[in-house]
Amino acid sequence: MLFNENYSRPQCKNLGHRISFRASASLIALLLAGAPRLLAGVSPQPLQRGEELQTTENEVGRYGGNLVVAQRSEPKTLNPVTAADAPSREVIGRLMADLIHINRASQQTEPALARSWTVSRDGRMFTLKLRHGIRFSDGQPFNADDVVFTFHVYLDEKIHSPQRDLLVIGGKPLEVAKVDAYTVRFTLAQPYAAAERLFDSLAILPRHLLEKPYQEGRFAQVWAVNAAPQEIAGLGPFRLKAYVPGQRIVLERNPYYWKTDRSKNRLPYLDEVTFLFVGNEDAQALRFEAGDTDIISRLGAENYSLLSKDAGSRGYELFDLGPALDYNFLFFNLNDLKPPLQQKLSAQQSWFANLKFRQAVSAAVDRDAIVRLVYAGRGAPLWGNVSPSNKFWVDQSLPHPARSLDRAKELLKAAGFSWRGNDLVDPQGRPVAFSIITSSSNTQRTKMATIIQDDLSQLGMNVQVVPLEFRAVLDRIFQSYDYEAAVMGLGGGDADPNPEMNVWLSGGGTHLWHLGELKPASDWEAQLDQLMQRQMVELKYDKRKQVFDRAQEIIAGNLPCIFLGTPDVLVGAKENIGNFKPAILEPSTLWNVDQLYFRPGVAVAAGAPR
Amino acid sequence: MLHKWKVGAAVIFLGLVHAVIIFAGFLAPYEPITQHRELPFAPPMRLHFLDSQGHWHLHPFVCEPELRPGTFYEYDESCTRQYPVRWFVTGSQYRLAGMLASHTHLFGVDPPAQIFVLGTDNYGRDMFSRILYGGRVSLSAGLLAAAISLLLGALVGTISGFYGRWVDESFMRLAELFVVLPWLYLLLAVRAFLPLHITPLHAFFLVVAVIGTIGWARPARLVRGIVLSAKTRKYVLASRGFGASDSYILRRHVLPHTYGVLLTQAALLVPQYVIAEVTLSFFGLGLNEPLPSWGNLLSVLQQYNVLVSYWWMFAPALALVIVSFSYLLGADALQRKLQPASV
Repeated sequence: MLFNENYSRPQCKNLGHRISFRASASLIALLLAGAPRLLAGVSPQPLQRGEELQTTENEVGRYGGNLVVAQRSEPKTLNPVTAADAPSREVIGRLMADLIHINRASQQTEPALARSWTVSRDGRMFTLKLRHGIRFSDGQPFNADDVVFTFHVYLDEKIHSPQRDLLVIGGKPLEVAKVDAYTVRFTLAQPYAAAERLFDSLAILPRHLLEKPYQEGRFAQVWAVNAAPQEIAGLGPFRLKAYVPGQRIVLERNPYYWKTDRSKNRLPYLDEVTFLFVGNEDAQALRFEAGDTDIISRLGAENYSLLSKDAGSRGYELFDLGPALDYNFLFFNLNDLKPPLQQKLSAQQSWFANLKFRQAVSAAVDRDAIVRLVYAGRGAPLWGNVSPSNKFWVDQSLPHPARSLDRAKELLKAAGFSWRGNDLVDPQGRPVAFSIITSSSNTQRTKMATIIQDDLSQLGMNVQVVPLEFRAVLDRIFQSYDYEAAVMGLGGGDADPNPEMNVWLSGGGTHLWHLGELKPASDWEAQLDQLMQRQMVELKYDKRKQVFDRAQEIIAGNLPCIFLGTPDVLVGAKENIGNFKPAILEPSTLWNVDQLYFRPGVAVAAGAPR
Repeated sequence: MLHKWKVGAAVIFLGLVHAVIIFAGFLAPYEPITQHRELPFAPPMRLHFLDSQGHWHLHPFVCEPELRPGTFYEYDESCTRQYPVRWFVTGSQYRLAGMLASHTHLFGVDPPAQIFVLGTDNYGRDMFSRILYGGRVSLSAGLLAAAISLLLGALVGTISGFYGRWVDESFMRLAELFVVLPWLYLLLAVRAFLPLHITPLHAFFLVVAVIGTIGWARPARLVRGIVLSAKTRKYVLASRGFGASDSYILRRHVLPHTYGVLLTQAALLVPQYVIAEVTLSFFGLGLNEPLPSWGNLLSVLQQYNVLVSYWWMFAPALALVIVSFSYLLGADALQRKLQPASV
């Protein structure tokens, strides 16, 4: 056949290698599996006087156990300041803590390392009171110096932290000042709505460990994934125990963690958390089904229905949390182009710039079919940029017009388009044909594009779907502008409108369909700019909501993006995990990992009958 | 004689397979890209001969699949209305054998019902129609690529064998390099290197060209061997003595010896190349959606839930097995016929 015989020899050699490697790996696994029972890991430190601990409201749990979860890939780094990828941030989130935290279940802020805070009347000055007497995971005390140092690092331009942009408000970075050992003051250049949300997920660093490398200019290199566990310390519920390249990362309890339950038990309950590196979603579903992992998040709808078939007999439970916060959409290339691209796309751009054309496309898209075929019914159709599950911000009065090919045809006719046979032609007689690029690794978006292609072919448009490697898609959208239309997804980070600013401001960095606008390209864009700026400085929720509602109406009315749909957040967990309260906001399952515990007396599903 | 019978059977079978693929438009009840969105992953329909009262129908009928409430993609048959299968129905337009425009399809059912003899895929597209149309792409890719390989191989082999010396040396070392290279990875690398953003037709010819040019080495070596032995035959030397030109000798005395080998090679290469096309498309480097080829029909099986839930999505693999098998049967029979001494 096609495979060459000459290849068998090196393969054999490899195999031998692998076997011995496997044997030793499984030996380690065996040892590890036995370890928690014998050694019981690190035990939590007894509570001490003068520690200002936070008491949680959860059901009182039981100590012990190793929670195993799967990740799609290895974390690239454990450095919270430079980490940009999701797997890294997921692990770091368990190692570190922030000053003010967004409760993932209520979507509201709550005290964390700052036990309270006050805001000045003009909304520009935040004074945070820190917890007394608490310690990093290596036993060293925490105080205002750590906070000042942390923000100094985040704001350092040489470090290139991806979070730095968020801390620059009104063109000026946040100012940090130490008032006393347990009080810090932040000053903003201008009022900023919901500014306390900025503190979420900004990990407070241990100055005693990182100041030296920072001053020596090697901060970006510290805390690599393979760093020794004692080099890393944080204020999160867990600390690093071991990292096995290509296989897993193991965290153990932080014995000094600053939260207790109602019965004065220091959290977390779990001895260990293990992140397994499991290639793709299918493999994750298989490992979860087999009982190898305890929790699964970001499950696709197909695997969800597959797993739900024998959920009962295998001792796990699945949760459909409703629509996620992100939105998937189709958009057209409306960038200012330079020749020769300008000539190449001039016909296409003349259609795309026409609102009636975009409205016709939107009317022709079968959003219900997208939800049914792409999300297997577990998702929601979208007509605007805010998901229906974003209860504080969605504009309920936005119209949801049903699919109508007739209306689409009327709109096209009104815009001067006509039909030659079955083919749609523009007022100049050119046939309407364009391509939609999507990321080939995202099967859901490719499916959406395929459905849109069929929908638009019913209007006589000749549309091609071109799945490209994700990097190539980004290059075309952000660099070369060499594309006609694209299907993309955005959002999902926070429920608040502020992270959306760079999408809707005409000069925003994620203003995908028209990047680098020096001034708003149209009246409605100018209006949208004003509204987005106003909602940012408006401190009262009611007024802010009104302004943002108006912004949503303008977006839905002018359709720079044709919104398609959002998938449900689907997760699963073993039945014997207590306090499991999945949420729509990321990280949807592990946000309260400090409260999770294994209930006694419930059979673990690992050996359940097939 | 056994092998005579075998040759005949293989040829008839191959002819049948190709006829089915050529007349895909007539045999397929639907267009391969028509989506029946209300029926994703509908299972193959049963042909009923007995109705609920136990009456026998000479004319088989089908029932509509109905989505089981509360589930997604699970269906029950609802036989409240029966839809008899009709022959020679009028449907969507196609071109018979790629030329004659026609509306007549071999079979179908009255609307609003649909007939899916091999079920539907994720978009509710008829798998049977897609396999037939997909066969067009995959088989013609195999045939064209084999033609390219054989042409290249014959050319290189003849030059090498006939002129010998350094030409032969360099070509044969190059051929060895190509034989040693890991096929599949080379194919993937070459395809990935070429532009992705191209029209389906370009993609098709690109795939064919890539597969065809990579596989020239084996036929070239075989042809070279035959040419080498043929050119030293006494009658060739004699005709050279009479002043025959190179081209005359090649045409009249040398090349005819290679035809048998080339034919056998063709029968071996075509199924190989069909599988090569399927492999490329399977990895998303061949033809793009929505056009079907057996490779991208099979590529949905990369999804775990499809693999374990919808058995009819394996049907293109069966078609692939049948075609490969019939070609290999043909190759075997040909080889026996051409080399009776070795039997």
